[in-house]
Amino acid sequence: MSLADLRGKTAIVGVGLAGCGEARGMTDMEILAQAATKAVADAGLTMKDMDGLCTANLMSAIWPLNVVEYLGLQPKFVEGTNVGGSAFVAHQLPSMMALATGVCDAVLVCYGSVQRTGTMGRKERTAARNVLDPNPYEAPYQPFNPPSSYALVAARHMHQYGTTRRQLAEIAVAFRRWAQLNPEAFSREPLDIETVLKARMITDPFTAYDCCLVTDGAAAYVMTRADRAKDLKKKPIYLLSNATAVWHRSVIGMRDLTVSPSKESGERAFAAAGLGPKDIDVVQVYDAFSINVILALEDLGFCKKGEGGPFVENGAIGPGGRLPVNTNGGGLSCVHPNMYGAFATIEAVRQLRGECGERQVKGAKTAVVNGNGGNAAASQSTSVLATAEAL
Amino acid sequence: MNTQEQVGAEARYQAALNEGRFLIQRCEGCGRHVFYPRVVCPHCGGDSLAWVEPKGTGVVYSTTTVRRKPEAGGDYDVSLIDLDEGVRMMSRVEGIAPTEVKIGMRVRAKVIDNKGAGLVVFTPEEAR
Repeated sequence: MSLADLRGKTAIVGVGLAGCGEARGMTDMEILAQAATKAVADAGLTMKDMDGLCTANLMSAIWPLNVVEYLGLQPKFVEGTNVGGSAFVAHQLPSMMALATGVCDAVLVCYGSVQRTGTMGRKERTAARNVLDPNPYEAPYQPFNPPSSYALVAARHMHQYGTTRRQLAEIAVAFRRWAQLNPEAFSREPLDIETVLKARMITDPFTAYDCCLVTDGAAAYVMTRADRAKDLKKKPIYLLSNATAVWHRSVIGMRDLTVSPSKESGERAFAAAGLGPKDIDVVQVYDAFSINVILALEDLGFCKKGEGGPFVENGAIGPGGRLPVNTNGGGLSCVHPNMYGAFATIEAVRQLRGECGERQVKGAKTAVVNGNGGNAAASQSTSVLATAEAL
Repeated sequence: MNTQEQVGAEARYQAALNEGRFLIQRCEGCGRHVFYPRVVCPHCGGDSLAWVEPKGTGVVYSTTTVRRKPEAGGDYDVSLIDLDEGVRMMSRVEGIAPTEVKIGMRVRAKVIDNKGAGLVVFTPEEAR
């Protein structure tokens, strides 16, 4: 047996979003439950059919228990591994194995956060996490994390490869242009490169436009076996592969700041899928910060190491560009409720279903999703998805 | 059963800093230096780590200026320093404006008092 044996054996058959942007008055769990309900209905299934569950939350170490109780589930398969925002991509491999072996028949992957409007905001959540999970070798120097860690990554990439702030700004502008085509996106006002470059620095070389949004939002999707998927309501989107690589915890443990674990997760995921970057129609990468996109494009092999800056120039990853990346507007302009992995996955599914309206990439049959987690690209999880035609 | 209280690597590192001494570890199994302090070597898995005094010199591997309002203390540097022993640590380069800290700059460690606890910061070598 190998990873390639799981190719096309499972599919995503239902997706749902809820509370994206601002969900004032709601809790993490309430919007999670709304998204889960939508995803299950989208699949043409019921909540009682969900005999597998994957979920995680930054505020609770044993969050799957909370979700089981709230939704009234009794799962035969539970996966709550939290490797940061890539978790909801990384949950796919254990789900693929559980489904393929018949341990369970339908897995609900779900997440929700009201970090923007909740009574316990981002600042309080970060302070609480620093107490529960301290890092004594970073904390006394007061990095403004996660932005400062990724800023160190960006500064090193700029030093080593000549990447420029203008190239980073190209990414923010490209995703804003996608967001303008997405009625569900949070930030849709026009944005140009000069505005990004002139904005106030937060942690050099980043301005606010290099940093993801702080929004509320919940996302859920349903996975099942390929044999069952064919009979459900929506066109199944097949999982060709998923691979996760975890290399460190924080920026002090990242050996080469210009290479992320996507190098490894991408190689494993593409090999098992039997496809390469040139075969991919649409790309969804976790853009916690602008530099993440350059690292992902390089490490996944869409361009050579060090050439990510020139690659994104002249609107190359925006609407009408050579490679459609983050077609919903990404974490930078669409939605970012602390952990974004499930949102990237859902946008890939919607593109492959052909449900994306104005922002639809015509004829998209294959997609890559690349999750990012931790304070410095610590965990990366890569998936290759495809329609039945591209199986 | 061993009921004696032990001093872990993290506590020992900080205790030395509190006395003004900056120590790192060297694995007696594989010979490589280790930072941050651990009870097992991340390179070879060996559990015999000796405390050694680094030369205290190194080079800025990457750097950022964290922007903060003047009334809150103003902008400050956060850097990653590669010590000449081959280990990397987060720190702050002092003695020059934070935006003047550059990748590749040679720096030297000093231990300062940070609210009662010893803390390693760096200054540019030429400024000494």
